[in-house]
Amino acid sequence: MKQMTVSTTINGDVVEFLCEPDETLLDVLRNRLNLTGSKEGCGTGDCGACSVTLDGRLVCSCLVLGAEVNGREIGTIEGVADGDTLHPLQSKFLEHAALQCGICTPGILVAAKSLLERNPDPTETEVRYWLAGNLCRCTGYDKIIRAVLDTAAEMRGA
Amino acid sequence: MIKVVLQGSLKAAAGGRSEFALEATNIRQLLDRLGEADPALLPVLERGVAVSIDGQLYRDAWYQAIPPDSEVFLFGKMAGG
Amino acid sequence: MPLDNNNRVFKSVGTSPLRPDGLDKVTGRARFGADATASGMLWGRIVRSPHAHARIRSIDTSKAEALPGVKAVVTRADFATGLDGDIGDILENVMASEKALYQGHAVAAVAATSPSIARKAAKLIVVDYEVLPHVTDVDEAMKPDAPVLNEKIFTEGLAEKPTKPSNVVKRIEIGHGDVEKGFAAADVIIEHSFRTEATHQGYIEPHACLASAGPDGQGELWCCTQGHFMVRDTCAQLLGMDVSKLRVTASEIGGGFGGKTTVFIEPTALALSRKANRPVKIVMPREEVFVASGPTASSSIDIKIGATKDGRITAADAVLRYQGGAFPGSPVEMGAMTAFACYELEHVRCIGFEVVTNRPKAAAYRAPGAPMSAFAVESVIAELAEKLNIDPIELRLKNAVKEGSRSSYGPVFGPIGLIETLEAAKAHPHYSAPLGPNQGRGVASGFWFNFGGQTCTSLNVNIDGTVTLSVGTPDIGGSRASMCLMAAEELGIPYESVRTIIADTSSLGYNDVTDGSRVTFASGLATIAAARNAIKVLCERAAKMWGIPADAVIWEEGYAKPAGANAGEFEPLSLADIAKVAGNTGGPIAGHHEVNIETAGPSFATHIVDAEVDPETGRTQITRYTVVQDAGKAVHRAYVEGQFQGGAVQGIGWVLNECYIYGEDGVLQNAGFLDYRIPVASDLPMIDTVIVEVPNPGHPYGVRGVGETSIVPPLAAVANAVSAAAGVRLTELPMSPPRILVALEER
Repeated sequence: MKQMTVSTTINGDVVEFLCEPDETLLDVLRNRLNLTGSKEGCGTGDCGACSVTLDGRLVCSCLVLGAEVNGREIGTIEGVADGDTLHPLQSKFLEHAALQCGICTPGILVAAKSLLERNPDPTETEVRYWLAGNLCRCTGYDKIIRAVLDTAAEMRGA
Repeated sequence: MIKVVLQGSLKAAAGGRSEFALEATNIRQLLDRLGEADPALLPVLERGVAVSIDGQLYRDAWYQAIPPDSEVFLFGKMAGG
Repeated sequence: MPLDNNNRVFKSVGTSPLRPDGLDKVTGRARFGADATASGMLWGRIVRSPHAHARIRSIDTSKAEALPGVKAVVTRADFATGLDGDIGDILENVMASEKALYQGHAVAAVAATSPSIARKAAKLIVVDYEVLPHVTDVDEAMKPDAPVLNEKIFTEGLAEKPTKPSNVVKRIEIGHGDVEKGFAAADVIIEHSFRTEATHQGYIEPHACLASAGPDGQGELWCCTQGHFMVRDTCAQLLGMDVSKLRVTASEIGGGFGGKTTVFIEPTALALSRKANRPVKIVMPREEVFVASGPTASSSIDIKIGATKDGRITAADAVLRYQGGAFPGSPVEMGAMTAFACYELEHVRCIGFEVVTNRPKAAAYRAPGAPMSAFAVESVIAELAEKLNIDPIELRLKNAVKEGSRSSYGPVFGPIGLIETLEAAKAHPHYSAPLGPNQGRGVASGFWFNFGGQTCTSLNVNIDGTVTLSVGTPDIGGSRASMCLMAAEELGIPYESVRTIIADTSSLGYNDVTDGSRVTFASGLATIAAARNAIKVLCERAAKMWGIPADAVIWEEGYAKPAGANAGEFEPLSLADIAKVAGNTGGPIAGHHEVNIETAGPSFATHIVDAEVDPETGRTQITRYTVVQDAGKAVHRAYVEGQFQGGAVQGIGWVLNECYIYGEDGVLQNAGFLDYRIPVASDLPMIDTVIVEVPNPGHPYGVRGVGETSIVPPLAAVANAVSAAAGVRLTELPMSPPRILVALEER
């Protein structure tokens, strides 16, 4: 198939890549740009491990085509920390032991960051429903929910 | 003499016989004597067994000593997740 | 190594510091199975049987081989020959020879320059199948007229040797006493049949590997696995390679729960790589994870328990039928051993049948075999409590095993903590909290053996006084942090001064897989021993520096000190002081330990659950959950809690939603996370935990494994809560809304 040229912004950097018309954004990120922080757990939009933001909106990158992102802005896990300063969510996830194997962690952090940008004071129920599209098989979610609520409280206080 | 109680797969392989009295001072000897006493047990013993000596389970420890008068049970191969 | 001293005061152990691999995991830098690449890398794709049972007449690979970009095609002919027994079954499961035994069974594979070419090439492989009758249900498979999978299976363990092959691999029996006598002494007898469906471990990371092999007989493999030494040894046999020539590195692992204790795609990637003489990466699509990895057994179970009016159990009897897919190996024996392990019984019997069906070969899943039999037994115990009008925890306490009790499977227990978990559950505020309308409360207990096994570690003291620890057990849930804690504890240095890595197969001696809840126990014990060996060297060096005999030096809280006044007056030397001049006092300082450790202590748990059943829709909401479990000694408290919580939630999924649904055609109907629905955050409440600590006498700190026991009680605990809320006993898993609605209507 003929490859397409796509120009986009990823984590604030201008990036150009070639991709096939049927290639997903997740495959482009992982296989062409070596941004392997976004994970493929299902390829069908059911697990959330590939969560990224597209023009500020939370999406599963396995459901977006690479060709669709021309001229748009993408945020991935690799852009969540600010230089050597971790995002408060990243610090709180470590502090609360909110990860065991860590495969779902990038997607959950991207999703949780997106939640807190919209709703700085979510209830436990709101956090649980916002993250309902991000599967975690290790933790039982308890420590994840606590970490997100604690981050929200800290960010509101700051 | 050590009294050995076979459970599960081992008992099945021995055609339902569950008790053997054997001379053995360690697990390897015990397994050898068992195989001699009932060759039908050989394939199961080769596959691997778990041995309990006085309540402690051993999976692969051939030269674990079996003190006289200890209570010994044999089970099929065990593994966890 | 026995327990050191029960009154020992710990400095590091028992805290919850940040994990050493944490930064990589929250920034996306951690490298999991699918994250590796190599120069000239090809993409592998496996061709799988669309049929549940079929004879393979022929495979035509010519069209695929002719497609531009295809660099290798392999079939069974590219693997070793002459393997039988368990290793033969593993090979047959990795790549079918004469018959495809389940939908998804691998029959061929391709490697090509891009994923899309590999996908196209896989479709060009023409397999001529003769479709055979199939069977996927355990009870159906046991019937005399069922299609037989394997003509070589003649049931073992029957009074009369069978003359015909069948799908029943063996009949096993566990127990002691005379159950008929026991039932004769009972005032009440409860009897029920139960069914559980197969579930999948559901790790979020699909199996993935990157293989590199060539005509020189050497190879390297990067893969997500619970045991890279097992992968190396198995692959070497399946490929006919020397073990020493295959180096396997364990990537970060995105969950396993037992499902990554064997090989599926790794030997195929190596075979493709060897043939193409280029690196090959294979990543299982999620659908293939469901149809072609190793879910757990489904089961059909009968339980009969008798008791006196005052609640003493007089007899317990069970028949367990577990299908473990297309090959022998269903965990029925462990199901039988664990079924009644919580109870002290004079008369007990468990009969088990191991059955094969046209389903994927079962792999281990967290406490293999135990959750299903515990579901059945603990459901009957709950009903017994109801019938006798005795509090369910009191009933369990009356019959609970303790140190000195004979277990249902024979051996006498050493120090164990079941009673402690029951007492803690009884005292927990959850147990006496009021319930709302349509809510019910359930309780259940559970047991798991825990295992030790072959383990070795290497601890190296660095020039700046920090320590590098190499272990051979993949870190599946924070175990590197626990290893750092134990090394720091022994050496008397800060947690942050220890760095633990998972060494590859060429850098450390053999280690058994991360299974049986063994890592914190066994690798931890080997770490403590390695640290003590390093301390011996440190003391020798201090003695040299002071010019006194080595036995006149002791190690205390990170310092070498003279043993007493007679040894002389010397300023204590820190580990860093000694490390700094190691090159001048005799060279590198290290400690090693190699062991096959067998003193893992069994672990018990008791769970309390509140469930609310919507009478309109049949939907269940878990409203409160408390896990009480014996950890022996919690090394990293937060990760111990995490194991408790994770096991409970996997159990909740098993009981309420998860199941393998097969069509009449033997094809899996729900091979994806949309239709195979594991619990999501909005399904659940917080999961409360209570860590009980009854020390294991077979570990210096008293550690017991904690990973598996946590999934044993929840099936029954939730089932008991749902049954209480619905006012009717439910006996079949999953307790999905349609099934609950039917039960409510028939109430």
